[in-house]
Amino acid sequence: MADKIATREAYGNALAEFGDKYDFVVLDADLAAATKTGIFKKKFPERFFDCGIAEGNMMTVAAGIATTGKVVFASTFAMFAAGRAFEQIRNSIGYPHLNVKIGATHAGITVGEDGATHQCLEDLALMRTIPGMTVVNPADATEARAAVEWAINYKGPVYFRFGRYAVPVLFDKESYKFEPGKAVTLAEGKDVSIFATGIMVDMALKARELLSAEGISAAVVNVHTIKPIDREAVVKAAEETGAIVTAEEHNVLGGLGAAVAEVVCETKPVPVLRVGVEDSFGRSGTVPALLELYGLTPENIAAKAKVAVAMKK
Amino acid sequence: MKADKKKELIEAAKEIRLGALEGIHAAKSGHPGGSLSIADVLSYLYFYKMRIDPKNPEWEDRDRFVLSKGHTAPALYAALALKGYFPREELEKLRRVDSFLQGHPDMKHTPGVDMTTGSLGLGISAACGMALAGKTAGKDYRVYTAIGDGESEEGQVWEACMFAAHYKLDNLCLIVDWNGLQIDGPVAEVMNPTPYKEKLEAFGFNVVCVNGHDLDELDAAFSAAEECKGKPTAIVAKTVKGKGVSFMENQTGWHGSAPNDEQYAQAVAELNSTEGN
Repeated sequence: MADKIATREAYGNALAEFGDKYDFVVLDADLAAATKTGIFKKKFPERFFDCGIAEGNMMTVAAGIATTGKVVFASTFAMFAAGRAFEQIRNSIGYPHLNVKIGATHAGITVGEDGATHQCLEDLALMRTIPGMTVVNPADATEARAAVEWAINYKGPVYFRFGRYAVPVLFDKESYKFEPGKAVTLAEGKDVSIFATGIMVDMALKARELLSAEGISAAVVNVHTIKPIDREAVVKAAEETGAIVTAEEHNVLGGLGAAVAEVVCETKPVPVLRVGVEDSFGRSGTVPALLELYGLTPENIAAKAKVAVAMKK
Repeated sequence: MKADKKKELIEAAKEIRLGALEGIHAAKSGHPGGSLSIADVLSYLYFYKMRIDPKNPEWEDRDRFVLSKGHTAPALYAALALKGYFPREELEKLRRVDSFLQGHPDMKHTPGVDMTTGSLGLGISAACGMALAGKTAGKDYRVYTAIGDGESEEGQVWEACMFAAHYKLDNLCLIVDWNGLQIDGPVAEVMNPTPYKEKLEAFGFNVVCVNGHDLDELDAAFSAAEECKGKPTAIVAKTVKGKGVSFMENQTGWHGSAPNDEQYAQAVAELNSTEGN
């Protein structure tokens, strides 16, 4: 499984694939070519509606469509979904708990060269404070596809975080089953648990190998659902390994690290160290250069894991 | 419109005004000015024009009404109660912690409310979504949405107008409740959104300008809206903020404050003594 596919690509493919099987419509705000909803548009032009560069209107139009009983996906970049249209999502989708699926692509710094204005590092924090919103951040193409099919059949608002950057396919399409709200242990370990989401899952697995070479046994947990957070999995990890590291392509404030730390503080206090963007804006650069600059690397995860293990004593 | 029907609508508008003020007075807060200015439009829509069934609020083929100017919910609630969506006694519980009548409309908990609104500029977009969904599904229901003139300062209103014209939503009818006042003063002084007719026409609407308190004019305008094909219609309704209560009329201060007991008694007496428009 050496293929690399961006989760946005998997999203577009999934919409087109499931368009045959399920009845739903798709909205975009002049970014269909980038969000990949264009793949759906090509196959089902009569079920695709471009809203132009007006994201706030698009989100509320989606809400209006949902009131009639239709499933609707609304897509744009994460910055303009969770960011620009936060209030529309909060008041017209979240508050009435309408059946709108927000497909937000180009999340995080892996947007690359476009720079800080387009690199959304706040969406997980923003979306998880909306009551009733399910927040999903798939780690690979397989997970993205399965999560999209789940969302079509789930009644309620869902925020999807997809990436622009091609990432390895980690999971087998035939055997993978998406269970919302369920963190998945990908590798067992006894010294420290690494909770990772999105593109950081693959890096967490690599960090585990680095740690293993130094005699540290790390568990790796894939948190595809940021909200509701899998409290049981967090408590179990705290109890069994006594130290946790989180890894996300997001500000360290408010996202996965915060969600995990909240649970740990309330249940089984153990050291929690967070890998993410350290409360700063992004910048232009190639994706590998940016990941290195902001410490979103297996090496940094491993380094934090060692600190977390040391803190146990 | 037949004379007896017109009389019935005038009576319903009076009841809507009384019901709205009853709630606002009991809650000691709320928005009387805009509730009174939209009352005749609500009477016309709920008691004459719209295809609705209070026994089946979720009926999928019903006409929809979205109160984009959600702060004037007391008038909407009064219309819904009068229509039979819920008992009139609920009106006095407006804004109470144990009531389903929230300060702004909540579709999840109030029978007959088609869309949750309150944050200005959003309702009109939701109405566009409903209209688009109706067209896509081949349904013949119509969607009505009322915005305030102050509300039209929100950029999203114009995003929605572009959308409505672009998708030729002739099943959508926008009502602009042009009462001329907003919290900080006259709309024309705070941030002038006019000229409405020219702007809305430029945005692709069929525009009809009427006196928003004249039922015959409203009837002609809403009928014209139904007949207009290929584009949405906007009814620019010139209204009086606080209409029907002498001391509230055209007073900015009555945008968002409740009458005290004495003022409430006077308002009720005035409304009850009013004959016709």
